[in-house]
Formats: sequence, structure tokens, C-alpha cells
Amino acid sequence: MRDFYGVTLPNALMLGTAQYPSPAVLADAFRESRAGVATVSLRREAGQGQAFWSLIRDLGVRVLPNTAGCHSAREAVTTARMARELFQTDWIKLEVIGHTDTLQPDPFGLLEAATVLCAEGFQVFPYTTEDQVLAARLLDAGCRVLMPWGAPIGSGLGLNNRHGLRMLRAAFPDVPMVIDAGLGLPSHAADAMEMGFDAVLLNSAVAQAGDPVAMARAFALAVQAGALARDADPMGVRDMGVPSTPLIGKAWL
Amino acid sequence: MADVTIIGAGVAGLFAAHVLALRGITPRILDRNGPPGPHGCSWWAGGMLAPQCEGVTAEPVITRLGQDAARAWSAVTPVTPRGTLVVALDRDRAELSRFARRAGDHQPCDSAALEPDLPPRPGLFFPTEAHLDPRRALADLLAWLAARGIPVERAEADPQDIPGPVIDARGLSSALPGLRGVRGEMAVLHAPEITLTRPVRLLHPRHPLYIVPRADGLFMLGATQIESASRAPVTARSVLELLSAAYALDPRFAEGSVIELGTDLRPAFADNIPRVTVRGRVLHLNGLFRHGYLMAPALAQQAADYLTDRIKGELIHED
Repeated sequence: MRDFYGVTLPNALMLGTAQYPSPAVLADAFRESRAGVATVSLRREAGQGQAFWSLIRDLGVRVLPNTAGCHSAREAVTTARMARELFQTDWIKLEVIGHTDTLQPDPFGLLEAATVLCAEGFQVFPYTTEDQVLAARLLDAGCRVLMPWGAPIGSGLGLNNRHGLRMLRAAFPDVPMVIDAGLGLPSHAADAMEMGFDAVLLNSAVAQAGDPVAMARAFALAVQAGALARDADPMGVRDMGVPSTPLIGKAWL
Repeated sequence: MADVTIIGAGVAGLFAAHVLALRGITPRILDRNGPPGPHGCSWWAGGMLAPQCEGVTAEPVITRLGQDAARAWSAVTPVTPRGTLVVALDRDRAELSRFARRAGDHQPCDSAALEPDLPPRPGLFFPTEAHLDPRRALADLLAWLAARGIPVERAEADPQDIPGPVIDARGLSSALPGLRGVRGEMAVLHAPEITLTRPVRLLHPRHPLYIVPRADGLFMLGATQIESASRAPVTARSVLELLSAAYALDPRFAEGSVIELGTDLRPAFADNIPRVTVRGRVLHLNGLFRHGYLMAPALAQQAADYLTDRIKGELIHED
């Protein structure tokens, strides 16, 4: 398994911490998900969120702060610096939002912020599209992990551009990649893992489910199933039906 | 000497006093700030008694115990039993069906049939829900207690220094372990062109809104829910979100005047369920989260049951 800035995760699931019915449900969902990483948003809970932070720390998983809600490189850089101080980690999930409605990444702002943060020693997880050129530029800037989107944040659409994602995976076989955003169902997560991605990151799919704890478990199983299937070298796809028992020698009555 | 001392004159403390007085116990009420006002989070509430709508995200106990709130409040203050209207914008229609799947006791409706003054939209009607005006309710509770010789005394007090049974209902000031503040922000608009007779909830994946009508053309818009214990003034972003949502619901809200912007912290435990934490002779009534008016009656009943008969209701936690 590819590692993330030298860290090997026990489980290929990263889970967000927003929008749960209560911190108690959040903690139960994390336990069931067996997620190895918790993402936290700094934008709104900045400052006096100590009680909530200590709940997150009690989860006992690695924290990946994000710059959710930032609409410019400058904002994202400031938020990342605050996050480093608050969480004592160089990890930062870099989000620079380009459009309020679709929440799609602003590729130009993203590259600008990634360049600044990598130079400052941050270990950047850029939330990006499946665009290969942008991916190459982010790697040039010093990113060692990529986080291509599955679909717009919170949409639950799954892997919107499977062809593009497959091309990206093939173009950079050695780069650890996390499918981030847009997953709605465990089958989407299994799909991403089967395609060779190293982890998935989700939040709404679990937090907004009627039973977040059960859905967390479903995602844990799906991620595991997808990873197992990938390692088992899936059969190829064929256009024709191929019988699994030989026809020759079968009795014709 | 008083039979029981209550510290904290917010909705939890005052309702506990009311329930005890109904049972023939005369409590003494102390609060370092005196009668309720902008210093307490009860002041900033919406006043929705909506156990079914809240049940979409809250634990089932909130729906179950909250159902008695409207009846309990009717004994002291006017309660408007006109239900709740839930609507969504056209592009968020999926939110409406999800809400319908998860909430109990409602029926599909055309908003025009219930609130003809709003632009018509498909919606959900929750006929058993109700609302009240929180500040009026606090004033009415105070008057009810005063009429029975129970004033709110302005005094700083520590439960340890007071003999006899104590109810500590000081909210976040009581620093109970596991208690956190959850920031909420609200606005009051004066929009006399618009007539609403019941709370309206606008479902939205990012910026849900509720609007509670109050007397004299006033509307309470609420409320953000942020995991932060900051008491800094309302952010511009929250105002934008609340007002944009209201504008989307009915553009005439944009013509209203902003009378008030407020923010405070809701005391909450990790499960967002209120508790009576029993520590010797001190009962801590706390953690009402966003359900102050909905859950204060049940919390007060269970505290009183414990004090008088040692009955351990489901909100009782013996330390």
C-alpha cells in the first residue's frame, strides 16, 4: 500500500467530522468505520472550539485539518497556518473553492496555495479535479499525495468521470491518491478502491445517513472489499458471454 | 427556609421552580444576573415546540419526552398549537422527501393551504407541533412564580455553600465535565407585510433556516449551529446565510428591518441529550442544547420526581 507522507494507514478510509447529529454519534461512527484519519474544518470552528477538538482527539486517529470554505489561495494559506499551530501537524487538506454552488476546486488558486504551503514544509493533500495537467503541476509544486474528486462535495453522485479518474491513476502509478468528495454509497467507495485508489475520504455520506453508525460500518466493509478485490487481480471485461464449463463433450439429447 | 435552592434563572431553573411549586415545594431562586435577560441563552431561543421535526437529527428520547412540552407550557404562557410547515426550494426537493422519511407524524401539503401569504411550494405539515414566544414565556414564568411568593434573587451562589437540596441550572457556567458550548446565531426581522401563523422550516443542504413568527410583525430567524464556544458577535457570513435563506423563502423578507442580531452558546453533552446529573444533594439540570423550551418541562419533571420520590427517569444520571 502506498503511504501518505511516510504514514501507512491501518485502513483506507478517511472520515470527516461535520454534520453529525451529535458528537456521541460521531464517535460511534468513527469506531464502526475504523477510519484511520479524521478531517476537521477550521474555517468556522476556529478559536473557541476546544471542547469539540478534545472530542476529536479522543477518537485516537490521525487528524487531517482542511481549509474547507476558503475561496482564495490567500485565505487557504492563512487557514493552513492556523491549523498547523492548533493541531501540531504538517498535514493539510488543501481546498480552494472556485464556485459556491458546485464547490468545485479553483485549480489556479489551488496551485498557488500548494506552492506556498509546500515551500513552508506543509505536507499537502490537495483537493483537485481529475485533470492530469493540474496533477502534474501540483506534484511539481511539492505535493506527494493527490486528492481527486469523485463528484462535487456533498452531491453523493459517486465517481462522476470514471474514465478521467482511471487515466489519472494510470498516469501517476506511484503517487498515493485519495478519492475525496462526492461519494454517496459504499459501492462508490468499493469502486474507487477497485480502480486502484489508495483511500477514500467522505463525510456527508455517513453523517447525513439516517443511521450514521450503520452507514460507517457499511463503508468500512466496502473499502475492505474493494481493496481485497483490487489485490486479487480482477478478471478482464469481455464483450461475449464465456461459459464457465466447457461445451465440448456435453451430451446432446 | 426554602425547601430547595435553585441556582440559575434560565428556562431550566425557572421551569424546575414551577414544577416544584405545583408540588407544594417552595424553592428559592438565585441568579448572579437576576431575572432572565440577554445574559442567558434562554433569551435567544426560537421557541419551537417541534419534537417531530427535531427527531430527524435528535435521539428518539427528545421526540418522546418533548411531546408533552406544549401542554406543560400552556399552564403558564400562550402556546400556539398550529403545527409546523416544512418546505424546500425547487432544486432541493430531495431534501423534503428525505425529511419526510425520517420524521414522524406529518402529512404532505401545499404550503398555500396553510400559509397563503407565502409563495406556494410543496411541503410537509406537522399538525401536532406548536410554538411560543420565549421572552414572553420567561416573563410569564417569572410572574407566575412571583404571584406565589417566589422571586428571583440577584446573588452569586455556589452549590457547596448552600445547605439542603440544590438544583444547579447555571448552564455553561457550571463547568460540568463533558459539557460544551455550541454556538448559535439568530436574527429578528420586522416584516409587517408578511403574515405567518406558524413556524416555517426551509430545508437546505447547507443553510437550513427556521422562521418563527412573533407578535407585531416580528420574525425570529434561526439558527446556526457551530461547534465553537466563541461568544464573538454574529459573523457577517452567518447573517448572509440566514437572510439569504429567508429571501429565498419569500423575497419580501428583504424589505424587513433587522431589529436584532444575537448569538449565544447552547450547553450540550456529547449525545446532545439533557441530563439531571445527581451529585449528592446537588442536582445539575443541564445540557438542553437546542431544546431548551422543548425539554425543560420533562427535565424539570424528572428532577422533581427524583427529589420527592427518588424516581430515576431516563434523564437522571447518578454520578
